[in-house]
Amino acid sequence: MATEFHNLQELRHSASLANKVFIQRDYSEGTTCKFQTKFPSELESRIERTLFEDTVKTLNNYYTEAEKIGGQSYLEGCLACATAYLIFLCMETRYEKVLKKIAKYIQEQNEKVYAPRGLLITDPIERGMRVIEISIYEDRGSSGSSSGSSSVSGSTAR
Amino acid sequence: MKNCEFQQIDPRALPTPTPTPPHPHQGSVMAEEPRRPRRKWEVFPGKNRFYCEGRIVAARQSGVLPLTLGLILVTSGLFFTFDCPFLVKHLTSCIPAIGGVLFVFVVITLLQTSFSDPGIMPRATPDEATDIEKQIDNTGNTSHRPPPRTKEVVINQQVVKLKYCFTCKMFRPPRTSHCSLCDNCVERFDHHCPWVGNCVGKRNYRFFYTFIVSLSFLTSFIFGCVTTHLALRAQGGKGLVFALQESPGRYPLLTNVIYDFLMELVICFFSVWSILGLSGFHTYLVASNLTTNEDIKGSWSGKSGEDVTNPYSHKNICINCCSVLCGPMPPSLIDRRGFLPSDESSQTGGVDIEVPAAATKSEINVCTQGTKGLLESATLPPLLTSSCHQGKPQTAHTCSDNSAALNSDPSPALSTDCGARHTAGSQGDTSPSHHTKTHSKKSQSAA
Repeated sequence: MATEFHNLQELRHSASLANKVFIQRDYSEGTTCKFQTKFPSELESRIERTLFEDTVKTLNNYYTEAEKIGGQSYLEGCLACATAYLIFLCMETRYEKVLKKIAKYIQEQNEKVYAPRGLLITDPIERGMRVIEISIYEDRGSSGSSSGSSSVSGSTAR
Repeated sequence: MKNCEFQQIDPRALPTPTPTPPHPHQGSVMAEEPRRPRRKWEVFPGKNRFYCEGRIVAARQSGVLPLTLGLILVTSGLFFTFDCPFLVKHLTSCIPAIGGVLFVFVVITLLQTSFSDPGIMPRATPDEATDIEKQIDNTGNTSHRPPPRTKEVVINQQVVKLKYCFTCKMFRPPRTSHCSLCDNCVERFDHHCPWVGNCVGKRNYRFFYTFIVSLSFLTSFIFGCVTTHLALRAQGGKGLVFALQESPGRYPLLTNVIYDFLMELVICFFSVWSILGLSGFHTYLVASNLTTNEDIKGSWSGKSGEDVTNPYSHKNICINCCSVLCGPMPPSLIDRRGFLPSDESSQTGGVDIEVPAAATKSEINVCTQGTKGLLESATLPPLLTSSCHQGKPQTAHTCSDNSAALNSDPSPALSTDCGARHTAGSQGDTSPSHHTKTHSKKSQSAA
């Protein structure tokens, strides 16, 4: 959350949350993390199909990289096992490195592509890797904001 | 009770309702103190305990973990104090070294299994839950029956049913199961192990497996050493009893030695077979990439005559073992140390907070809000305002309700009491506790 807070704040001030779209997981290849690339109809007026698909595919590639079972992961696993897994306490695993890359990528995409179109992607790790959450924002003037967001601003004013 | 802050009764600040509040500090945030940023573990809805500011997570019910630890410690302790000196003298000094390494390995992996996140799935945010509800309503609306709460997905050319979890408000991902003891959905759920006092799942299965394998080595090792010890002592040809009785010359505590032998032998004898059996079973599971849960349910055994195979298996024993035990370590999905966003409602609050829970909370906490709170209450959802004692008309209403419930409280007295409390509350320091239903009688006598 901290990575895109700055961005979120800007949007929050000028616009109100209108809707949220959830991109579900694609389990066709097992339990490895992969998201559906189907284009949601709610985004049709907001963003080009190719841009959206690019983002999801890049994210999928990152997750595949993180979960790839190969020489490096075996080495890491065996080393961890030999140290009674104590190494996990002090070493950053490959998965965590990729997660950082993903957070950076999402922030970058939000700034360059999504925020100018009134959209924001939430990092899937914050939603338990179940969904990619895309928030759709609208100008305050153009449509009535939802009651939820108004009471939110009310309670945080204190 | 301290003067309560208004935000405290904000339904969005409350965790998703659970029978017991997840954190004891919840009801006592000071009004004067600046609101400390709260971390997510403090409002975690599952039945877990957190230590060291959320760095360590464990199940709330620790099961027989102390017994497990005790048995391991006692057996190893007896082994190191009584058997090791004798065996070092008569055999080799490698024995305590091997025993020590195995013992350390066992204890570390046991603690890691018990005190790590097994792969808990965070619950759905209200927005996500509504989205799923919408999907369910859209799909199966042909009859008057409620739509089925299952979803079918194809995994490696095999249809797998995903069940909806009513607690977590989501479709459980494949291989995920809800642990009733911890009240969490756990990824690649194996089982809830009372011996280690935690769920065994995606993230700590390798710890668990290493634990039982090293424990089986340790118990067989100790068992072997104890029998060797006895055999060497009996070598004089005068039999076992004499071997034991011979000891007092060297060991002044005869009974202790006998008990040591008996205890070690008994513990080892029983644990060796069960632990060896368990390790064998889990080795089979690892080799076929199954979980205990799936094995017990027979999910992929094809009993129903259908052609089902385990869709997660890599069809190769070596790859299965490596992927389960040496695969990349998945990250913890519950961001325990993360801070609760102060302005985002979606993180922990449920969409539909149960009325009783919210009502009792507000009844306990609301009372001394003062005028500011009153103004703000205009923006609150009706759920809360109806249960708060604010403003004359509402006060009269709720108070009469209360009196009905209490069967003989004079309602005018109570309502003036409420009004008085309210004006007093605007000054900001009366004790609010007598506003609850149960305490109103007491409060009157006190007044």
